[in-house]
Amino acid sequence: MSAPGLDPTFTDLPHRRLGDVALARAQELGATHADFRFERNRFQYLGARDGVLQTASDAEDLGFAVRVVHGGAWGFASGVVLTDEEARRVAETAVSVAKVAAAMTTTPVGLAPEPVYDDVTWVSAYDINPLDVPTREKAALLVDWTERLRTGKAVAHATSFLHQVQENKYYADLAGTRTTQQRVRLQPGFEATGADEQTGTFDSMASIAPPVGRGWEYLTGSHWDWDSELAEVPELLAEKLVAPSVEAGSYDLVVHPSNLWLTIHESIGHATELDRALGYEANYAGTSFATYDKLGVLQYGSPVMNVQGDRRIAHGLATVGYDDEGVETQTWDIVRDGVLVGYQLDRAMGHLKPELAGLDSGQGRSNGCAYADSSGHIPIQRMANVSLLPEPDGPSTEELISRVERGIYVVGDKSWSIDMQRFNFQFTGQRFYTITDGQLDGMLRDVAYQATTTDFWGSMEAVGGPQTWELHGAFNCGKAQPGQVAAVSHGCPTSLFRGVNILNTIDEAGH
Amino acid sequence: MTISLRSTAQHLVEHALSASTADDCIAIVRDATSANLRWANNTLTTNGVMTGMSVTIVSFASVDGGVATGSVSGSASTAEQVTALVEAADAAARAGSPAEDAGELIADVTSADWADAPATTDIGVYESFASALGDAFGQAQAEDRLLYGFVNHEVSTTYLGSTRGLRLRHVQPTGHYACTGKDTSLTRSAWTGGATRDFSDVDAATMAATVAQRLSWAERRIDLPAGRYDTILPPSAVADLMIDAYWGAGARVAHEGESVYSRRGGGTRIGEKIGAPGVSLFSDPTYAGLECAHFVIAGASDNTESVFDNGLALGRTDWIRDGMLTGLLQTRHSAGMTGQSVTPMVDNLVLEIGDGAGTMEEMIAGTQRGLLLTCLWYIREVDPQTMLLTGLTRDGVYVIEDGEIVGAANNFRWNESPIDLLNRFSGASASVPSFSREWGDDYFSRTATPALRIPDFNMSSVSQGV
Repeated sequence: MSAPGLDPTFTDLPHRRLGDVALARAQELGATHADFRFERNRFQYLGARDGVLQTASDAEDLGFAVRVVHGGAWGFASGVVLTDEEARRVAETAVSVAKVAAAMTTTPVGLAPEPVYDDVTWVSAYDINPLDVPTREKAALLVDWTERLRTGKAVAHATSFLHQVQENKYYADLAGTRTTQQRVRLQPGFEATGADEQTGTFDSMASIAPPVGRGWEYLTGSHWDWDSELAEVPELLAEKLVAPSVEAGSYDLVVHPSNLWLTIHESIGHATELDRALGYEANYAGTSFATYDKLGVLQYGSPVMNVQGDRRIAHGLATVGYDDEGVETQTWDIVRDGVLVGYQLDRAMGHLKPELAGLDSGQGRSNGCAYADSSGHIPIQRMANVSLLPEPDGPSTEELISRVERGIYVVGDKSWSIDMQRFNFQFTGQRFYTITDGQLDGMLRDVAYQATTTDFWGSMEAVGGPQTWELHGAFNCGKAQPGQVAAVSHGCPTSLFRGVNILNTIDEAGH
Repeated sequence: MTISLRSTAQHLVEHALSASTADDCIAIVRDATSANLRWANNTLTTNGVMTGMSVTIVSFASVDGGVATGSVSGSASTAEQVTALVEAADAAARAGSPAEDAGELIADVTSADWADAPATTDIGVYESFASALGDAFGQAQAEDRLLYGFVNHEVSTTYLGSTRGLRLRHVQPTGHYACTGKDTSLTRSAWTGGATRDFSDVDAATMAATVAQRLSWAERRIDLPAGRYDTILPPSAVADLMIDAYWGAGARVAHEGESVYSRRGGGTRIGEKIGAPGVSLFSDPTYAGLECAHFVIAGASDNTESVFDNGLALGRTDWIRDGMLTGLLQTRHSAGMTGQSVTPMVDNLVLEIGDGAGTMEEMIAGTQRGLLLTCLWYIREVDPQTMLLTGLTRDGVYVIEDGEIVGAANNFRWNESPIDLLNRFSGASASVPSFSREWGDDYFSRTATPALRIPDFNMSSVSQGV
C-alpha cells in the first residue's frame, strides 16, 4: 500500500492566500516577527456500553491564527471566517493586542533564529485514515467488544471507545518558512466492571493497549492482539475482585511499560520542560524541581537511567516533521547515565538559554517543541515523546521478576497525581501481582505507589532489554492558560525498582 | 473552494433546519469571543483575542427498530459550511443504529431575545486592570517578589433551534483571574484567584496586595510531618472537591453499581443520608452571580446527557438536601431506567451548610491550632467506590496558633473522599462565590461554597514542592 499523501480537502482550502494576506498586513504594521497558522482538525469519538452504541460525535475545528512580535511584545489573534478581509482584520487585532501588551512587557520577546524551510510537507506514518472508515463498521467493532467482554461471569457492565484525530496544519512566517503537514492518531479502549457478591466490592479492568500514531490498521492488523486481551480481561477482573488487599509498606517493584510511561510523563517529561523550569507555568501547571542551575549536575536517577526527547519516532503521538514555529524536529538527550543534561525548548526558550545549543554564536536554538492544539490557541513549549532507553543486552521481564524476593509487578495505568514542582507522586494501576521469591504469586488489589521523583528513579536497579520496550502514551496532556491538550508518547522497557513505598488505598480512605 | 460571506448565527440555524432532509434536526450555533493576558516573572508572556463560531447539527432518522441520531460539529460561519455539516449529520443518522435514549423531542419554546445579536468581549475589558497590573509588576520587582498569573474573559452566545419549533438563546459571560506570587529565592509561594462575569469587580492592585500579604505569612517556615490535621479548607478548595462529587454523580453508573452513589445490592443511594444534617448541595441557573443556561444543550449523548433532551428547561435542582441524597445527574432516559426524577446537569454548583455562618477569617480566629490551606492541586480519583481522591496542597499551607497565622508549613499529598468530608466537618462559614483552582480555568467556574473545617484531614505524605 502506498503511503497516504496530504488530504486534498485540506490543501484545497485558501490557507496560502490568507497567510500571504495576513503576513503582509502584519509586516505593514511594523511586526518584527509574524507567523500564520491555518489548521483543520477532524475528530470522531465513538462510545459503546453493554452492547449499544451510546455516543457518536464528529467534530471539525477549522480556523487560522496570526502571532506577532511588535514593539518587543507578543500579540495573538485568531479567527474562523476564511476571507482576505478577515485575515487582515486578525493580523491587525494581533498587532493591537501587542500594543496593549507592550506596557506590561518588561522583558522584550526574543526568538532563537532557525533555518528557513520553504514549502515543505510531511505526513505521519499510517495506512488507512480511520476517519475514512464507515462509522457503522467502527461502531460494530466497539459493540462487539462490549458483548465479548460481557460473556465473562464476573463482568456486569462493559464499555468501549474510540477517539480518532486527523490534524492538518499550514504554517508560514515572515522569514519564509512554509510547512504543510498531516497527522493521524487514534486511541481505542475498553473496560469491564463487576462486583464481588460476597463483599459488595466493585472494581474494573481495562485494556492496556496504547494510543498510537497509526491508522485503522491498528484495530484490524497485528499491531495489538485485541482478541487475546478481550478474552483475558474478564478473567483478570474475576481474579482482581477476590484478590487480597495489599499490606502497606516497602516493596520492590517491577513496572511494565504500560504503567511506567505515565510515571515518565509526569516526573520526567513535564519536569524537563524549560518553560516550567523558568517559571512560565508557575500559575497553572507548575514549575520544576529540575531548575536550570541543576543542568549537568542533578543526579536524576541511577546510572542505568538514560532518557531522550524525540519528535521523530514512527507512530509517536508527538511525532511531526516541523513544529508550530517552523523548526525541524529532533532527537536529543535529556538524562544521560542518570544525570540531567537537557531540556525541551521552543524558540523563545532557546533564545533565553543559547548555551544549550552548544554554539558560539550566542543565539541559541530550539529543539522543536512548539505546539498549539488548535488555531485558537497560541503555540507554547509542549512535550516531545520523552522515552527511557532500554539496556541493549538487557534482561527480559521474567528475568527482572526473578531478581525480586518480595515485591509487586505493576501493569497498566489508572490513577495519577504529582505535585506542582514534580517531586511527590502517587500512581495506581490496572493489575498488581505479588512477587514471591522471583515468581508471580497471584493478584493484589488496593495498591498505590507513592514516591519522590529522584528517590524513585534513583532506586531503579535495572532496565529491561529492547525486547521489553513499548511505546505508550496519552491523548490528554494538559498545559497552559487558556488550557491546551496535546497527545504524547513515552517509550520504556520493563524496569526494576527497589524499596518503593506502597499504600493501601482502603486504609487511606479510612474505611 | 468558494467561501461565502459570514452569516448571522440565527441565519445559520434557519439554514441548517431547512437544509436537513432527516426526520428531525437540531442546530446549535455557538458564537464566542475571548481575550486573555498571561504573565510570569513580572512581565507579560502570552496573550490573545480569539473569535469563533461553532455549529453542531444533530439529525434524527427513523431506522429499523427505532430512531437513530447523527451528531456533527464544526467551525462554520457560512451557509455552505453549515450545509456540509447538515449533510454529514443526516447521513450519520440514516446509517446509525437505534438510539437507546430515544424520546419525544422538546418542542415550541422561543426565547424573547432570540433575534438579538451575539454578545462579545475584547481586549478592552482589561483597560483598567492592565495599567494596574503594569504598576504591580514594578512594585513586585522593587520588593523582590515575582508575579505569575492569568486573566481570561469569554462571552459566548448559544442559539439552539429545532425542526420542532425550539428557538432558544443563551448568553454566557465567563471570566476568571488568578495570580501566584513567589519570593525571588523561590522558597515561598502564594496564590489568589476568583471568578467574575465582566472584570468590573477585579482590581489588579488588590490582587497583588493579597499575594504580598500571604507571602509575608510564609516568612516563618514550620516543617510538619505527614498525619491528620485540624484543617480549614477555603472556599476554593471546597469547590474543587464538590465539583468532583458533582461530576461523579451520574445516575446511570450509580444505578449500575459503579460509583460512591451506588447502593450495595443494586440501585442508587437516593433517599440515604450521605452527609451531615444541614448539608445542602444544589444547582440553580438563576443563582445570583452564577447565572447559567436555563435549558439543556447537548451536542451528543452519553451517560449524563441526551440529545433528545435538548431544550429541556432547567431549574433549581437539589442534589443533597439536609444531608440526604436527593438527586443524581439524569437524562430522561436514565430517569426512566432508575425510576427517579429527571434532573439534568446544570452549569453551576452551590454548597450550603445549615448552621454555616461568618467568614473564613472568623474560623481562623476561632482555631487554637490547625492548618489553613490555600488551594488543592492535581486531584484524581483513586477509588470510585468511596470516591477516594488524591491531590496536593499548593501555594500556602498556613499554620494557625491561638487564632493567628504564625507561619507556613511544607506542602502535603492528601488522600480524602469529598463524601466523607461532608460527614466529618466540624465547622463551616457562610457560602460565598468561589473559584476552583483545579477545575475553574477550563471546565467549571461557577461555584459558591463555604470554608469547611475538617478535624482530621489526611495528609498522606510530605511534598517538597513549593
